[in-house]
Amino acid sequence: MRPLEGITVVDFSQFLSGPSASLRLADLGARVIKVERPGTGDICRQLYVSNTFLDGESTVFLAINRNKESLALDLKNPEDRRHIEQLVARADIVMHNFRPGVMERLGLDYERVRAINPRVIYGVITGYGEEGPWRDKPGQDLLLQALSGLTWLSGNADDGPVPMGLSIVDIFAGAQLVQGLLACLIRRERTGQGGLVEVSMLESILDFQFEPLTVYFQDGGQLPQRTATNNAHAYLGAPYGIYQTADGYLALAMGRIPQLGELLGCPRLLDYTDPASWFDQRDEIKAILAEHLRTKPTADWLAVLEPADIWCAEVLDWKRLRAHEGYRVLGMEQTARRGDGFEHLTTRCPIRINGQRLYAGRGAPDVGEHNERILKELLS
Amino acid sequence: MNRPLDGILVLEFAQYLAGPYAGLRLADLGARVIKIERPGTGDACRQLATKNLFVDGDSLVFHTINRNKESFAANLKDPKDLELVKRLIAKADVMTHNFRPGVMEKIGLDYESVSALNPRIVYGEVTGYGKEGPWRAKPGQDLLVQALSGLTWLTGNADDPPVPFGLAAADMICGTHLAQGILAALAARERTGRGSLVEVSLLESVLDLQFEVLTTHFNDGGQLPRRARYRNAHAYLGAPYGIYETKDGYIAIAMGSLTRLGELIGLPSLAEFDKDPADRFDKRNEIKLALAAQFKTRTTAEWLAVLEPADYWCADVFDYPRLLAHEGYRVLGMEQEVRRPNGATVRTLRCPIRIDGQRLYSDVAAPVLGNANQTLNEEPSDA
Repeated sequence: MRPLEGITVVDFSQFLSGPSASLRLADLGARVIKVERPGTGDICRQLYVSNTFLDGESTVFLAINRNKESLALDLKNPEDRRHIEQLVARADIVMHNFRPGVMERLGLDYERVRAINPRVIYGVITGYGEEGPWRDKPGQDLLLQALSGLTWLSGNADDGPVPMGLSIVDIFAGAQLVQGLLACLIRRERTGQGGLVEVSMLESILDFQFEPLTVYFQDGGQLPQRTATNNAHAYLGAPYGIYQTADGYLALAMGRIPQLGELLGCPRLLDYTDPASWFDQRDEIKAILAEHLRTKPTADWLAVLEPADIWCAEVLDWKRLRAHEGYRVLGMEQTARRGDGFEHLTTRCPIRINGQRLYAGRGAPDVGEHNERILKELLS
Repeated sequence: MNRPLDGILVLEFAQYLAGPYAGLRLADLGARVIKIERPGTGDACRQLATKNLFVDGDSLVFHTINRNKESFAANLKDPKDLELVKRLIAKADVMTHNFRPGVMEKIGLDYESVSALNPRIVYGEVTGYGKEGPWRAKPGQDLLVQALSGLTWLTGNADDPPVPFGLAAADMICGTHLAQGILAALAARERTGRGSLVEVSLLESVLDLQFEVLTTHFNDGGQLPRRARYRNAHAYLGAPYGIYETKDGYIAIAMGSLTRLGELIGLPSLAEFDKDPADRFDKRNEIKLALAAQFKTRTTAEWLAVLEPADYWCADVFDYPRLLAHEGYRVLGMEQEVRRPNGATVRTLRCPIRIDGQRLYSDVAAPVLGNANQTLNEEPSDA
């Protein structure tokens, strides 16, 4: 049995932030009904990445929307409106990620929905919150990375701003929404009280940086300093970073520099006996390490470092990862099957409950695929 | 205000970042979170400093992650202390730990034993790589998990070596998954009366973080991600997606019609690439080079003045000082000051989630080791 069995989520959200949240709720056992515009549906259906699309949809859409039902309704059509109201009256959770003002205009804002369903938990994701000069700015991942200071943490000192290469803001904001919704669901089960949960992409990606920002507040407003080479964290000393070897790359997380010098046979590192120097002279230490580690293959270095309990790992790409037993044993992959029989591979929910991995191989729905069934239920 | 998790008691045996980050979120949402720490040293994170910053004897990192919690110092190997801890467990709603596989079994605080003591408890476990397989004993450390998971091939440009995310991304994302699982299990408990075991690992969490791009990889014939040669921001997105240098700074350009962009910035040749939609990706290096040259000719403000009114998706690129000075940041009220009874203060961020229209602030600083021992020892056991 899954923890959210019996919970119904009515999801008006599109793209990634909201739908990634409802995917998690679905995998944890909730029934998720995706309300879409008839015809085109969620705009994400047409967001092809690298020109890869499957079964007429973008791979991204398929990944984010499996294990959901689709109800195509026109929010401006009176009959469809009545269905929506019946639906939200029975929902445990209603959520959306429209720009501020849209749900008010549609008459589906929290106050109106609460009037229909006082126990509802209502979730909202915005780009930048509902106040202030950015409220109407597009809530798009790269723009949020750019505005939030995040781009000065990755890459090396001279690289300029380096964005993180996936939709980190969308995903992190979706994760925050799930936490807020579930916390309110617990309260509702205990007290009967509904609730409003609001997250913004900006507040979420600031929270993602709560460590570097707290350092920034504390140390007199010094900017994060990435290392000249091999940077992996602006606030950590050497050896923290990824280094090229004779045949690949090695990640080195922690280790006393003189000890590393001995293990790696690199006498120049023996001089750095003062731990303060591992941060203060990290550029210089990293340059020595980088030069030295290039001389032998990754496996040779791992063979001396791992037995000494130095925190290190080789750097894998997805091909090598998927071939590795450490990955295979997790069973992270699953096949999703769509209503038309089309099958594709994707990943499963990362959370295990009572020792069980949560697989859910129902593929993403076609626009309005479940209209008949859901409307019949509403009439019953 | 009433917070959604008022009345929930969490015992946090977890150390470092992933587990305690989940504990912080539960605390801000209203739970009472008590860290169970080793006497003398406590959570190893207390001494793990970045930039050698300490406040009132504990690292700033520890303060950041552990505000709004209490601390109970107990030696789990001492039968008397263990008995006290078991009494706490008997009345707790949640406990979390991130010990390596086998440690809690030895102490007798594994899920099965704890569940016998308190069948309603939700028991959260964080590991590095799960409890089976060849990596089970490997250190569950953020950078190592980034390296093994393939994540480092998504950031940076095509000719760059693997580029990690420049903060503890695996820990952070795994902490959110732990909190999600715990909250779902608590919601279920209200209906079934029974607790649950919730397990997450850093590796599974970072794989989930890549779920979109991994799904593409699984279905495009297993091609590896190809970062753009210039101005890469997403290996799977075509031009113009990226950050470009301007005359005086940078500008981020997301997505939109190339023809329209060309008209707006005076580069009509871009329209050529709109004829075949595949070109946006296949010819992105060429397009990005042309864009890079054009954006360098004017200041960021000049470009924004052209692009924003046309609703083209773009943004300035801020560092922390410019962000913090901007009204768009200030209006959020994200900052708060936390304070220890002795007056030591830390300026940090609040919880990013708003409940019932309220921002969730708390001025309670990270606990001094064992600050709750006296209170907890005096509390009646049925409290």
